[in-house]
Amino acid sequence: MAQRGSIVPFAGWRRPRLLGESPLRQVARSVGDRVVRFAEDVIGQDIDARIAGIKTYPNEVGQDPFGFDPDTSRYALALAALLHRRYFRTQVYGIERVPSGRVLIVANHSGQLPLDAVMIACALMLDADPPRFPRSMVETWTAELPFISTLYPRLGQVVGSPENARRLLRQEESLIVFPEGARGISKTYDQRYQLTDFGLGFVRLAIETSAPIVPVAVIGGEEQYPSIGDFKPLARLLRMPAFPVMPQMFFGMVAPLPTKYRLYFGEPFRFEGDADDDDSAIEEKVWLVKSTIQSMVNRGLRERKGVFL
Amino acid sequence: MQQPEPSRRRKLTPRKLPQAAEIEASVRAPVARGVFGRSGDVAVDRTPSPTTTTGVHPKPALEGAVLVTGVCGRLGKLLARELHRTDRVVGVDRRSFSDRPKDIVHHQVDMRRKKMKDIFRGRHIRAVVHLGVLHDRRRSDRDRHAWNIVAFQKLLDYMSQYSVPKLVVLSGANVYGPQPNNPQFLTEDAPLLGAQHFGGMRDLVELDMLAQSFFWKNPDTDTVILRPCHIVGRVHNAASNYLRLDRPIMVMGFDPMMQIVHEKDVVHAIQLALRPGVRGIFNIRGPGEMPLSHMVRRVGGRPRTIPSPLARMALDQLWKLRLSSFPSEELDHLRYVCMVDDARARAELGYAPSHSIDRVLRDVRRLRYRLS
Repeated sequence: MAQRGSIVPFAGWRRPRLLGESPLRQVARSVGDRVVRFAEDVIGQDIDARIAGIKTYPNEVGQDPFGFDPDTSRYALALAALLHRRYFRTQVYGIERVPSGRVLIVANHSGQLPLDAVMIACALMLDADPPRFPRSMVETWTAELPFISTLYPRLGQVVGSPENARRLLRQEESLIVFPEGARGISKTYDQRYQLTDFGLGFVRLAIETSAPIVPVAVIGGEEQYPSIGDFKPLARLLRMPAFPVMPQMFFGMVAPLPTKYRLYFGEPFRFEGDADDDDSAIEEKVWLVKSTIQSMVNRGLRERKGVFL
Repeated sequence: MQQPEPSRRRKLTPRKLPQAAEIEASVRAPVARGVFGRSGDVAVDRTPSPTTTTGVHPKPALEGAVLVTGVCGRLGKLLARELHRTDRVVGVDRRSFSDRPKDIVHHQVDMRRKKMKDIFRGRHIRAVVHLGVLHDRRRSDRDRHAWNIVAFQKLLDYMSQYSVPKLVVLSGANVYGPQPNNPQFLTEDAPLLGAQHFGGMRDLVELDMLAQSFFWKNPDTDTVILRPCHIVGRVHNAASNYLRLDRPIMVMGFDPMMQIVHEKDVVHAIQLALRPGVRGIFNIRGPGEMPLSHMVRRVGGRPRTIPSPLARMALDQLWKLRLSSFPSEELDHLRYVCMVDDARARAELGYAPSHSIDRVLRDVRRLRYRLS
């Protein structure tokens, strides 16, 4: 109601009720749809069918309890598919070894930005048949970042905690785990393809939920953002795990270098035993997984002709 | 875990032995089978003398009464109206309960007063439901502490003194606190970190802890602690008031998953908790979770997204000027997830929410504030 004679300017002004969505949202949707169509033309696969083909576990109101939103994810998958097929020209070996049902996908971590997770997720969504919807466990501090904290759950990413992992595996989902964590992703260039220490949690989790572990070697991630050092004071200031110094940034190259990605999926491990066993007993199994991934990485490095080929 | 020895032995309190005529009358009286399912087993033991009964149509005395603290709150009234059909209800509150059903006995007293002891002595209390928690952030910390903690301690003292066999405490999922590193679903074993960033939650956490220690110290009493997620409906609490706003604030870049539960589902859970043999801590969850923005839009509001530092500053100022009823610390609820897993309540309590999300949101909307 317009208030006549009010001394407050625009006191009676109300934005007219919009019919349906706001214009900004409509524009975003149409742009997103175009990106999806373009990606479908480029990769020759139906992205919406892939999204529709995954199995989800909605709650009573039809929402995924962890916040996965198919509408947002189709745009993300379209962009990721372009990266996967065209930019990084990813080659995937042995994807058929990923068993159906609950599974832990364990890979080496590299490349300053978690594009290796995007590539593995893309391979599972586009190359696996039927498509597997992967969840990955993200660092806790991403939940404190605005926008990222909204985006990640909508794409199906989950804050890394043992309770979440247990719950997801019990409902037969697939989890991508990087046991190296932040240590692995922020490696400098001289330490490329040398696996750092693995955490023990993932093996305990696999034993507890009797989930198979699929080892994955990612080749090509280390060269996308070569880093020559870690600027620790700035990392502490920004509360980030590391602040890599990347020479390509000095030349204004924000995008990653277009290296060729190769993903090798290994035979699944099935561990049995006591999840609360001594560290020494668990470490043996972790070492087995780690050495398998390391040898897969070494073999992949020997086989490749060049970083960009 | 080994249960500690009860620190306080059951005291045999001197009680007036009922006269023969009274016993006869009570045995002849029709027995309403209440939520307790038991009847008649204590008929001779603790029949209150007729002079202390002030209700107009008292239920048969042998049933034992349910004492509800904070009965004049909206949830208390709802519970009293549900309970009085099957049980004798004794209400305690500082406020007056003018529109109460005639068979509910109401005592308008402060729980810290001596009168409280008389209620325990005079009436045969079968169970205590503690709802009388003061959440008003405008009150001083000392006031709130005295009301919430001191009064609750007194209540627990009387309970062990008169060996009341059942205690139901309404805590809340907020005692876990919204944290960035929370698992998506908190179980009953999760640490209570609600007061870490929000001092106003300290009382509720302490109350929950007190109830837990009472649970271990008094194995003869079936203590139930209920931790429901945000209770909404026609109640006046922060969550309901927030959802009733036309333009509620959302923090820019954050859209956590939220759980709400209908007030009547909580009342139902309390009724289930009053059954004999039920004990422990139970999370109570509503009909499904959804992102906050979806919830706000579904209830008919248009969210106003504000960057976090700006929202904090604005709310601090508005709070000082008494223009807002939301302290800025509560913004964490709009940023981080704090959801509970109700698997234990479903399995052991037999609880399941009966109100759909549409029904819950419709009931919230009915009391929507119109500022114009």
